[in-house]
Amino acid sequence: MTAFTGTGSLVRLILRRDRVLMPIWMLFMAVLPLSLASGTAAIYKTDAERQGYIDDLGSSPMLILFYGQKPSDPNLGALIFWRSATGIVIMALIAVLFVIRHTRLEEEAGRRELLGSAVVGRHAGLTAALVAISGASLGVGVLVALGMMSQQTPASGAFAMGMAWAFAGIMFGAIAAVTAQLTEGAGAARGIGIGLLGLAFAVRGVGDVVAGGWAWLSWISPLGWVNQVHAFTDNRWWVFALAIVATVALAALALRLSARRDVGAGLLPPRLGPATAAPSLSSPLALAWRLHKGSLYGWLVGLGVVGGVLFGGVAETSTKLLEDNEQLTEILARIGGKSGAADIFLAGTLGMGATAIAAYGIAAALRMRTEEASLRSEPLLAASVSRMRWAASHLVFAFLGPTVVMAVTGLFAGLVYGASVDNIGREVPRVVGGALVQLPAIWVLGALAVAMFGLRPRLAPAIGWGALSLCIVLGQIGAALQLSQSLLDVSPFTHIPRVPGGSVAFTPLLILTALAVALAAVGLATFRRRDIPVT
Amino acid sequence: MENAISVSGLTKRFGQTKALDGLDLAVAQGEVHGFLGPNGSGKTTTIRILLGLLRADGGTATLLGGDPWRDAVALHRRLAYVPGDVTLWPNLSGGEVIDLLGRLRGGLNPKRRKELLERFDLDPKKKGRAYSKGNRQKVGLIAALASDVELLLLDEPTSGLDPLMEEVFRQVIAEETKNNGRTVLLSSHILAEVEALCDRVSIIRLGKTVETGTLTQLRHLTRTFISAELATPPNGLGSMAGVHDLHVSDNHVKLQVDSAQLDPVLRQLTSHGVRSLVSQPPTLEELFLRHYETEPVK
Repeated sequence: MTAFTGTGSLVRLILRRDRVLMPIWMLFMAVLPLSLASGTAAIYKTDAERQGYIDDLGSSPMLILFYGQKPSDPNLGALIFWRSATGIVIMALIAVLFVIRHTRLEEEAGRRELLGSAVVGRHAGLTAALVAISGASLGVGVLVALGMMSQQTPASGAFAMGMAWAFAGIMFGAIAAVTAQLTEGAGAARGIGIGLLGLAFAVRGVGDVVAGGWAWLSWISPLGWVNQVHAFTDNRWWVFALAIVATVALAALALRLSARRDVGAGLLPPRLGPATAAPSLSSPLALAWRLHKGSLYGWLVGLGVVGGVLFGGVAETSTKLLEDNEQLTEILARIGGKSGAADIFLAGTLGMGATAIAAYGIAAALRMRTEEASLRSEPLLAASVSRMRWAASHLVFAFLGPTVVMAVTGLFAGLVYGASVDNIGREVPRVVGGALVQLPAIWVLGALAVAMFGLRPRLAPAIGWGALSLCIVLGQIGAALQLSQSLLDVSPFTHIPRVPGGSVAFTPLLILTALAVALAAVGLATFRRRDIPVT
Repeated sequence: MENAISVSGLTKRFGQTKALDGLDLAVAQGEVHGFLGPNGSGKTTTIRILLGLLRADGGTATLLGGDPWRDAVALHRRLAYVPGDVTLWPNLSGGEVIDLLGRLRGGLNPKRRKELLERFDLDPKKKGRAYSKGNRQKVGLIAALASDVELLLLDEPTSGLDPLMEEVFRQVIAEETKNNGRTVLLSSHILAEVEALCDRVSIIRLGKTVETGTLTQLRHLTRTFISAELATPPNGLGSMAGVHDLHVSDNHVKLQVDSAQLDPVLRQLTSHGVRSLVSQPPTLEELFLRHYETEPVK
């Protein structure tokens, strides 16, 4: 038996466990550049049009930060490789989550110990996770390449682009394999991995935006290497040598660290907590704050600050794009004129942000279900905490949490956009208004999860997430599929007025709010009467 | 004196399954009451009804003079509960959980908390995810035992504890009732624990109470094993009431006899002249085995 014995069986175990999830994210990643390519090809038909588009986008430092340096040639493939750079970050993020899920999380749950007692080598678990993520990443790469080739782009460039995407996953899988060795808790390992991804993104972005004497910064970030492949222009194959060397080195480091530590232990000592509780920790609400604050902070920074700055920063560039493109100007003229282009862009992105925030609201509401199913609600409800008080402690986060995040998103978007058009005083209230107007729809989805938690607790997660998925499908592709209005009306987001720019219709907002209150009330009333726990 | 817990004719269904089928239970104030039964017999369901978490379908339940469902919050200030599998929040330390639960009950005795942490040898600084099963159980036990409450509802509280810690648990419970007059309902599988701690015992099976009483009373319900050598071969033993598993070979007799019929059977034996006699008293294990075994369908 060698240290790698059993790797094959463990790879099969991973494939079996992820047999639904893995094909979904692989397809999602493959479709991302393909849909962008077909859409762009339809609007920007000539090299000159594409060059104008690239110059407009490239004039925004915000977009250089996200996409990297402009391509040197305006062919369609090069444009798409550049424009879909955020997809590379998503690919890396998926790889981090995947590897932590199949290594540290397994270990924390005690399942690695069970497998380790069988005929399985010391390195098998970690190697299997790396093999699986590498295989899946290469699969995405091949699909991306085939997708690009279907858009009449050269095969060599398509292949370079596919491999660049694949190596984003492979390298960050190897980075996550190292972070998985550091801490006992999977949450912390995941946090460190995502933090490193953020760092790699920031370093690459600063190198590209500042450029000049700082351009070397793009070369010390693995995400930078992926961009430096320059698919469809230079096709720099030698950059992959860097990626391969880095991957092998990281994997070897991870295996060495893994072999040196005990099963279940981390290289960093586990952090201890206080021996006694702070005096403030004496109510269900104080406990709920401890349980919810991590995700609230995450959303505040991720969507509120970063998202807000991005939305506001790109809004001004979007007007420029429209001025240059006749076809789009025409479309816009029909729906309100070019003067409102930034408003339409802001209303649209705030609407997309709102569907993301709805996910946070639903997750916060479903936290009640997690607490119940894990039996952690029982000791509280067996103490002098009424069911209503316990539920209220979580619902504060389900309803006020999205409110705060949405307001912060609007504030930052308004500030950045207002600064770019030199009119902060006018834009901030308009954009914040556009953010807040989304809230009734967000509340309805959260309240639906609460209602199901009371009525059919076992189905609550499926119905909560199913409803959100339906809203996303209807909102994003419903119009394109030419679905009937009565079907589109199912989504609460359909009824939200387009603000800033449009007029605010208060009736649908009041009706949606009343619906949210009614759903939450049904959930609480039934929860008050039902058996606990339903497991 | 009024009972701390009185339950009669309690029924509860979960879909097609009948979890409780007319359960009776009476726990006097200040006593340690053993609550025994095989897995799935309805012990946890009963305790959850007493906590107002589940609503009974029928029958009555009174807890500390109140209605467990209606008066849940007020009653919970006066009791503490330890489940058989304590689950903790992964990012809260054990000490924080002990304090939080104590504060949400009737308050916490800080001196008692410190003493119990030492006796149970628990590090309160570890985070919830870092504790082993036994240590999680200790967190639940210390939170309950350090709370200022009249009634303890303990649902297999020592599962996962090592024998040393089980001994500490027994000592602490004995002190609780002697010094503080607390009432304890102790659901358990560990017979030695029940024997050492409990004043009275209720045995339930398939959601019904099958026996209740003091341990001495219950022993009367069990059989004594007798092996004897007689002067002459015995006769008539087989037809006597209360005799089971009779084996006779020449002058040797082996049999089991219900405790209530011990006297007539012994008279019958001595009438044949007893040369040697070995008798084994009934053990609790036998008592439980008799009730735990599923009876064949009649």
